[in-house]
Amino acid sequence: MGRITLKNVSKTFGEAKVIPSIDLEINDGEFVVFVGPSGCGKSTLLRLIAGLEDVSGGQILIDGKDYTNNAPAERGLAMVFQSYALYPHMTVRNNIAFPLKMAKMDKAAIDKKVTDAARVLNLTDYLERRPSQLSGGQRQRVAIGRAIVREPSAFLFDEPLSNLDAALRGTMRLEITDLHHQLKTTMVYVTHDQIEAMTMADKIVVLNRGNIEQVGSPLELYRSPRNLFVAGFIGSPKMNLIEGAYAQSKGAKTAGIRPEHLLLSKDSGLWTGTVTVAEHLGADTFLHANVDGIGLITARCDGEFGVTYGDRIYLTPDEGKLHRFDGRGLAIGNAGLAA
Amino acid sequence: MARSVTTRHKVTATIFAWIVALLIFFPILYTIITSLKSETEAIAGFNLLPSFTLESYITVQTQRDYLTPFMNSVIISVGSTILALIIAVPSAWAMAFSPTKRTKDILMWMLSTKMMPAVAVLVPIYLIFRDLGILDSRIGLTVVLMLINLPIVVWMLYTYFREIPGEILEASRMDGAGLWQEIVYVLTPMAVPGIASTLLLNIILAWNESFWTIRLTTTNAAPLTAFIASFSSPQGLFWAKLSAASTMAIAPILILGWFSQKQLVRGLTFGAVK
Repeated sequence: MGRITLKNVSKTFGEAKVIPSIDLEINDGEFVVFVGPSGCGKSTLLRLIAGLEDVSGGQILIDGKDYTNNAPAERGLAMVFQSYALYPHMTVRNNIAFPLKMAKMDKAAIDKKVTDAARVLNLTDYLERRPSQLSGGQRQRVAIGRAIVREPSAFLFDEPLSNLDAALRGTMRLEITDLHHQLKTTMVYVTHDQIEAMTMADKIVVLNRGNIEQVGSPLELYRSPRNLFVAGFIGSPKMNLIEGAYAQSKGAKTAGIRPEHLLLSKDSGLWTGTVTVAEHLGADTFLHANVDGIGLITARCDGEFGVTYGDRIYLTPDEGKLHRFDGRGLAIGNAGLAA
Repeated sequence: MARSVTTRHKVTATIFAWIVALLIFFPILYTIITSLKSETEAIAGFNLLPSFTLESYITVQTQRDYLTPFMNSVIISVGSTILALIIAVPSAWAMAFSPTKRTKDILMWMLSTKMMPAVAVLVPIYLIFRDLGILDSRIGLTVVLMLINLPIVVWMLYTYFREIPGEILEASRMDGAGLWQEIVYVLTPMAVPGIASTLLLNIILAWNESFWTIRLTTTNAAPLTAFIASFSSPQGLFWAKLSAASTMAIAPILILGWFSQKQLVRGLTFGAVK
């Protein structure tokens, strides 16, 4: 079991209120991703759950029991750090075995668990090596191995993939998702990478300046962002946010249209623009265009769209998928939900 | 062409390094040479070829007891080092792992005590020692040497501990280690090289310390530094005997330094070179 409940949790460092007050429910077996720009308090929130930082106010419950003032060791959680934080003086075997030794498990049981974990994580050949003799991906797998052997009630991941190169990050993303399917244990995952958030999460928590902007499934956040911040943060390339006459004509202060919801044409359309940058990725094309009376707009279309710098293009927004925001930046109606 | 230039550079650098090393080592070498001369040879003038007599060593050993000051040196230097570590390890630990706004100031203040000339506090310390009745005692010397080297020990340990990443300690906490287990299984193994080189350097500093050891002792607690000094006596200077005494005094620490040079170099350059 691993249900984590945060009640009015706040954290201040000296004068700075990093987290004003947060309420959050993480259900058993859920994969929850905390996402937000750097300095939004996502790592701090994770460290509060872990017990590595003391809360300034509020309560942290795990499976209904108050663990607010318990030491990290007593919470039954396991954590994977960005820097891997392996013990440099121990072999891979001893690194993975360490939490079990701390739990005073007998040697035979430890050996079996370490061997099993090593097999699952493809580390069997590396058990007698030290962390310094491993590659980044292998180190991260050791860190994960160290976390899974103790069968925690929840896993906490603090930006575990940000030290890896892009290709490896993609592989590890799949491995962690796969691990979650196998173990069905609660996972709380912190990242600033919204692709990781979108692809891995059951539930995304978007944080900004220590406040929760929105909680929802990846597609909920994509389809109906609650405010401008979420609209701009979720989705890649970013949603086009348009102010002025066009927005007013739609009864909003700001209108938002995602790059993939613009119909592109070389002949006719609602808006006309000049291509400033064309990014041809093969599978899709990103066009950045200066649209008359609107400003810079990014559009995305499947496959190849043969235009280049300086070409005239026509764009038509799919009005059914238009997002509208009022003067306070909050979404008006549920226009996006229709999609 | 380029290759021969590099070779020539290397040769020049090597020759230069040898010259510098020889200049630094020369006083010690000449002391050893002089100790192997007879007293008449020794005052005769500069001469690099002694008659290899052990006469001075025998006189030194029969005239005065070598073993007592040697034991005093061992007890005082090792004792003060262990005492300093007992105090410095927890304090460096605290400053490295839970620093406050004033930690840097405290470190600077500790170091500033080393900038004061020792003679400035000679009189008060002498009087305190007299009143406490610990003049010419091993305990008194151990405490004084511990105090004068404490800032260096704290600084060295602090730099070592700072190199240990905090996330590793946090990981051990997450893995269920209590404070004691964290110290025994994770911190100490990672800090051992640092503690070892601090220990070695401090033993050498304490062994060689001669200002306080000479002034606060007469006979009972006099270590080897005072033993050497006693040969420049009222009866006149006996170069050969003085050199023999010096050689005997520095030999143990020279040997220790030789065997631990790897640790020492690492200790002295730690933090500067990654």
